Amino acid sequence: MMSKISYKIGITFIWSFLTLVTLFPIYWMILVSTRSPVELFGKPDLSPTFFEKIYWKNYTKPFIDGVYSEYLFNSIIVATSNAVLVTVLALMATYALSRFKLAASENIFFWTMTNRMAPPAAFLLPLFLLFSTVFRYGDSNLFDTKIGLILLYCVFNLPFAIWLLKGIIDGIPKELDEAMVIDGAGLFTIFYKLIIPLAAPGIAVTSLLSFLFAWNEYLLASTLSSVYARTIPTGLSEFVTTTGSNWGFMAAVAVVSMLPALLFLVLVQKYIVAGLTFGAVKG
Amino acid sequence: MYSSRTAWLLLSPTLIILGLAGLVPFFYVLYIGFFNWNPLGVNDQMEFISLGDNYRKLVFDNEFIASVWRSIRFAVVTLFFELTLGFLLALSLLSSFPLKSFFRSVHTLPLVIAPIVIGSIFKLFTVQGFGPLPHFLNDWFGYDLNYGRSAAQAFWLIVIMDIWHWTPFVTLTLLAGLSALPQDPYESARIDGANNFQILIYITIPMMIPVLIVVIFIRLMDSLKIVDEVWMLTGGGPGYATRFTGIHIWKEVFEKRFYGYSSAMSILYLYVTIVMCWLLYSVMVSRGKSDDE
Repeated sequence: MMSKISYKIGITFIWSFLTLVTLFPIYWMILVSTRSPVELFGKPDLSPTFFEKIYWKNYTKPFIDGVYSEYLFNSIIVATSNAVLVTVLALMATYALSRFKLAASENIFFWTMTNRMAPPAAFLLPLFLLFSTVFRYGDSNLFDTKIGLILLYCVFNLPFAIWLLKGIIDGIPKELDEAMVIDGAGLFTIFYKLIIPLAAPGIAVTSLLSFLFAWNEYLLASTLSSVYARTIPTGLSEFVTTTGSNWGFMAAVAVVSMLPALLFLVLVQKYIVAGLTFGAVKG
Repeated sequence: MYSSRTAWLLLSPTLIILGLAGLVPFFYVLYIGFFNWNPLGVNDQMEFISLGDNYRKLVFDNEFIASVWRSIRFAVVTLFFELTLGFLLALSLLSSFPLKSFFRSVHTLPLVIAPIVIGSIFKLFTVQGFGPLPHFLNDWFGYDLNYGRSAAQAFWLIVIMDIWHWTPFVTLTLLAGLSALPQDPYESARIDGANNFQILIYITIPMMIPVLIVVIFIRLMDSLKIVDEVWMLTGGGPGYATRFTGIHIWKEVFEKRFYGYSSAMSILYLYVTIVMCWLLYSVMVSRGKSDDE
């Protein structure tokens, strides 16, 4: 009995320590974002900043005076459009894979998975060349456009979305579809009246995780944009070259780009394992 | 009830996008790999050399080979720590203790934060001048942390950052696996008088092997891909100390602009990860089959 209690105390102590290790660097970043360069100088002060003393310039300078509001706008547009597009396309594709016996469905699944697992760095050069010279219509091409990024992120999000929705749509009995067909319903009505309402939770998780991925992506966005399609992560990396003076700005931009993740954490927590392992381990 | 034409129609947008942005770039980079193409050079035209010349050169490219070894070393080191720590934490989460769900939520937090933000978090935490980590290490232990000058410190700092970032993934995945294990073997073992350590070694670990393999492959592939956090924290330096393959290719492509040669690099890099992906898939498929039986 005694050992059981001491075990519980020990475990709780270890987890408290781990929680501290996880939160402390994030807490420090938030502190830095509230302080002026002068306050940062010297011995690190770990006490929280009072509301009246927050140095708002760290936020207003990049986001109101600077270009970061544009980056933020681009990020919101790219991530939201990508989430919507991925969800719609994945619903269609999944319905096809789920309701029809297609000869190649196993291969299609494997192929989509390799798309997800491939290192983006290997695709930088061909995507850069294709976007700037090959995929063009008249004078316009995909390089440095939001549409380019939106389409590109589908490559990474669609496989996961299809996998996630497959389990859910497989679970909706085929007989319901057939009954609706007998009643004279078309494909659109089946989606609208049957599939979407029944798969709603799965659809929500799919779109949230797609949003999060598109929001967080850096390498491809930085390679395939120069001025008009730059997203928040690419803006954040610009601080790497201007070292020294802008720590407060960097912290503020990082805090803002972390916000959606914090908001979604509660909603998607249960599905993160499934999403990251592709369902190889049931979470 | 519907023709399979409807099915292909529903699938087609997905297949077109995946083809244009996934398959076309792959064959394009494979194609460029056979050429000598340097748009910034005297002769900026594509010039066919041979099927293997770029690859032959690559094998003797010390910088590239070193970056691959560096990545592999990084992947193995982080895997060792994350797997050990993650397994212990997953085991601890099987028992009940106060505030467990709160601890688990906080533990999940690093997984949803953008890698580039994680790089910023660690940069602000370890920066010379006001970062708490170098400051307290110096105050309490007299240890001088300056990863801008020390190659070893830079490498291990990135290892620590990766452990901070990805151990939660290992913990949660293994926890999912552990919770799904059948209980009968445990009861039999207890009746036979096995102690906790014996149960762990002879029952839990052998039954967890399929899950462990999945975790190992996913972590290895992700570690081989790493770019963002490292770029933000050290920029691949000091010198070449943290220049992993992804960063190396990225820099080679856009600084030197040897397109043909960089393509060969990309293909070799891709080859390694595709082989690993295929292995992972076979494991998953064979596991799915054994589940059905």
